[in-house]
Amino acid sequence: MTSIAKPPVRHPSSRTNGLGFVLRDYEGAMSTLCAGCGHDSVTAALVQTAWELDLEPHRVAKMSGIGCSSKTTAYFMKQSHGFNSVHGRMPSVTSGAAAANRDLTYIGISGDGDSLSIGLGQMSHAIRRGVNMLYVLENNGVYGLTKGQFSAAADIGSTSKKGEANQQPPIDPVLLALTLGVSFVARSFSGDKKQLVPILKAGISHKGFALVDVISPCVSFNDHEGSTKSYKFTREHEVESVHTDFVALRREITIPETQEDVSVVQMHDGTSVRLRATAPDYDPTDRESAYAHVRACQARGEIATGLLFIDESKRDMHDFMNTIPTPLVDVPFEKLSPGKAALEKLMDRYR
Amino acid sequence: MAVTDVSDPRYYHKVVDCQWACPAHTNVPGYLRLIAQGRYDDSYLLNRESNVFPGILGRTCDRPCEPACRRGRVEDTPVAICRLKRVAADHRGDISDRLPKAPLIKNGKRVALVGAGPSALTVANDLLPLGYDVTIYEKNVQPGGLMRVNIPAFRLPAQVLDEECGYIIDMGATVKYGTTVESLSSLLGEGYDAVYVGSGAPKGKELDIPGRWDAPDQVHIGIEWLANIHFKHSETIEPRVIIIGVGNTAMDCCRTAKRVGAKDVKVIARRGRKHFKASPWELEDAEEEHVEIIENHAPKRFVVEHGKLVGMEFERLQWTTDATGRETSTVLETRLIPCDTVILAIGQDNAFPFIERDIGMAFDAKGMPVVDKTTHQSTRPEVFFGGDAAWGPQNIIWAVAHGHAAAISIDAHCQGRSVSERPPVGMTLVSAKVGMHSWAYENDYDASKRSKMQHEDLTKRFSGIGVEVELGFTAEQAATEVQRCLNCDIQTHFTAPLCIECDACVDVCPTNCLTITTNSSPIDELRTRLSAPALNLAQEIFVSPALPQTKRVMVKDEDVCLHCGLCAERCPTAAWDMRTFDLKLAYAGLIDGQVTR
Repeated sequence: MTSIAKPPVRHPSSRTNGLGFVLRDYEGAMSTLCAGCGHDSVTAALVQTAWELDLEPHRVAKMSGIGCSSKTTAYFMKQSHGFNSVHGRMPSVTSGAAAANRDLTYIGISGDGDSLSIGLGQMSHAIRRGVNMLYVLENNGVYGLTKGQFSAAADIGSTSKKGEANQQPPIDPVLLALTLGVSFVARSFSGDKKQLVPILKAGISHKGFALVDVISPCVSFNDHEGSTKSYKFTREHEVESVHTDFVALRREITIPETQEDVSVVQMHDGTSVRLRATAPDYDPTDRESAYAHVRACQARGEIATGLLFIDESKRDMHDFMNTIPTPLVDVPFEKLSPGKAALEKLMDRYR
Repeated sequence: MAVTDVSDPRYYHKVVDCQWACPAHTNVPGYLRLIAQGRYDDSYLLNRESNVFPGILGRTCDRPCEPACRRGRVEDTPVAICRLKRVAADHRGDISDRLPKAPLIKNGKRVALVGAGPSALTVANDLLPLGYDVTIYEKNVQPGGLMRVNIPAFRLPAQVLDEECGYIIDMGATVKYGTTVESLSSLLGEGYDAVYVGSGAPKGKELDIPGRWDAPDQVHIGIEWLANIHFKHSETIEPRVIIIGVGNTAMDCCRTAKRVGAKDVKVIARRGRKHFKASPWELEDAEEEHVEIIENHAPKRFVVEHGKLVGMEFERLQWTTDATGRETSTVLETRLIPCDTVILAIGQDNAFPFIERDIGMAFDAKGMPVVDKTTHQSTRPEVFFGGDAAWGPQNIIWAVAHGHAAAISIDAHCQGRSVSERPPVGMTLVSAKVGMHSWAYENDYDASKRSKMQHEDLTKRFSGIGVEVELGFTAEQAATEVQRCLNCDIQTHFTAPLCIECDACVDVCPTNCLTITTNSSPIDELRTRLSAPALNLAQEIFVSPALPQTKRVMVKDEDVCLHCGLCAERCPTAAWDMRTFDLKLAYAGLIDGQVTR
């Protein structure tokens, strides 16, 4: 938290992206989160991501629910669209928005409270439907906004700030998403932007639902010795499943031909994800092995990070529902609402 | 890269670019903050600790601080530091009871100073409070040296000079006015424990080309002519005047000429504008007063007809740069510029007619005394040099810096200590935190543009030679301008063991100064890997010890840091702190931080 606005000065040699914007053009309001909050690092990673992807701010919709995490949308891309919805209801509001206008880029920000407790059903159905969006779950294992109760993501045995140990099993959003048939799932750490930024870029570029679970420590209530979501614990227990890099097609890709452990995944919008497996036996396109890997890490007390699973063949919500390609805003009113006669005609079919 | 040693005062001193650039290392941000608080007396006195003439230099300083000012790198224009110094001087109250005092009981040592210019007066300022018996020999009837006779009153009013010279002399210096030192040998014979030569560079350079001596009354040497005007030996000038040279003396000459009767004044420069020695603001002021500045003209001869100067012939040059960057000239044409008077302002030389060559003092091949650059001591151990007399013409603030350094040596010499063992420079570094998110300084960036100094209008300006042109800042201008200072002396201080590598500081920094990265050598490689490449090699980068969790390091490029303190405000563990840095300069009588008097 800071008491003054960020000065309107930038580095004299700031570079511009393909649209002529500097990084700071993608910033939002000054954060009011606690100093050191992992969510602010996620914000910075999103700013970097949007700048590097040359996203047009007016073509982006930022969606959120309630909680510390859900304030994030105010802190980046101030010129974008946004909707701060009811607690846990961000996925259905986003589904509605995406149904109405498929041409926007949807970035939903949620937290472990917003997604895994009150909004669990909402998140599950958005995964099931394959809403084309980036779903960032800022996971700190604690209800920070209400002063430190355990969340549904808190691990068994991890302690509260006062020392009380959690008894209940956690919900792992990655395993849940894999079970529900997600087409893109990754896990990263707010303190590792080198890994997080390419994952976010890949998630935005992925056509379909892309879940990124980000361990984002709560410095006020969950960054202590007994926490399993602290900066220190995460750094000591992080296991990178794949080294992830994202290279947009327009930029030169320089991969030595001899490097065999790199797989280039072409994206629908013309971009590609370059994956280099650090564990030779890890295959991010195999759902079963992804599940097994996350479970095995969990059993060892490790946190599997990186792009864990991707399936480019999956259909998204629009494919399932056979919607028209045109955003509804661009469909003439007469066609959208053909009148009473058309309705009668339709109703007749069911009589 | 090696971990940066922030316990060495030089590291943090260099971050305060203005203070680093000032020869006397004046605490600029410190006195600007005091102005912001309306504490003009305190500001003046803080300034005076290192720069003993705040009012004079607030009008005449060559301002090495301003090109160095970080604000000039962040946006276009630096803080108007010099003008703000004048604000403190103009608005101060009676500070006489807060000035250093000379003790009633003297220490028995007698020091003679040759000249009552800025450097010698600085020596007196430093030595009188230590109990020295100081005698100043001054050829004029008033103190100030070149500040009085060579700087026209429309830039520097006599009253300002009288006050600030008076502060020093009134401490108890004996000044022998109207006394020219004819012989250093006999001065030494008077039993002084030390002699300081601060006699300036009083000899204007000649231009010995054909015709120079054919009409000598119509050709003047710039500094002599300015002195003649000052002493009213000469009160008018002919209508058409040519000034040769384009330094600050030339600017004073052309503007003075306009005030004593010249109608058509031309300043002739041998080379293009980028080579001009005059300060940009002095050129600006001269041009505002309709002085014509002509570039690329080399003087060829004085044209004298029937014993009367009628003009000067110049070769119009074209300069070309060759592959090695060397500029060479070719003559395009010869051009006659008619005139009635020529003033030569092409430089000054030292002159020591009063120093006998057989008194054991070594002189170099150019006839200059051999003087140690640090101690200011000549090869006669009890004779010291400073100001323009030491190594040729510089500017007033350099003369002041020389005075301080020489006073340290004179004190050491008189007290039987080695002059070469210089007292160390120290610092204090105190947290500026005064609350959860508040600091003992204004950390909010002020986007105001540099304020423009008000000038007297042209008609009034020419109504008398003593009408001061610069009117000073208004209260509003001063208040705005002071807030443009980036408080570079409020240092960002990092304590590595406290860092949890949350990146909050890196993310919030508006100018991308911070990076957490793996350490590497050489520094040039590390510079390229930062959040924004650290391309300004004149600015150091800070490298922290290894951080506790990942053993990476915190790197800070100091180049465009705004000292906004957002890193410290965002830091959850107070690994970053804003700390007020106060450079403790060494002055005469200060040994191991203690005054020995």
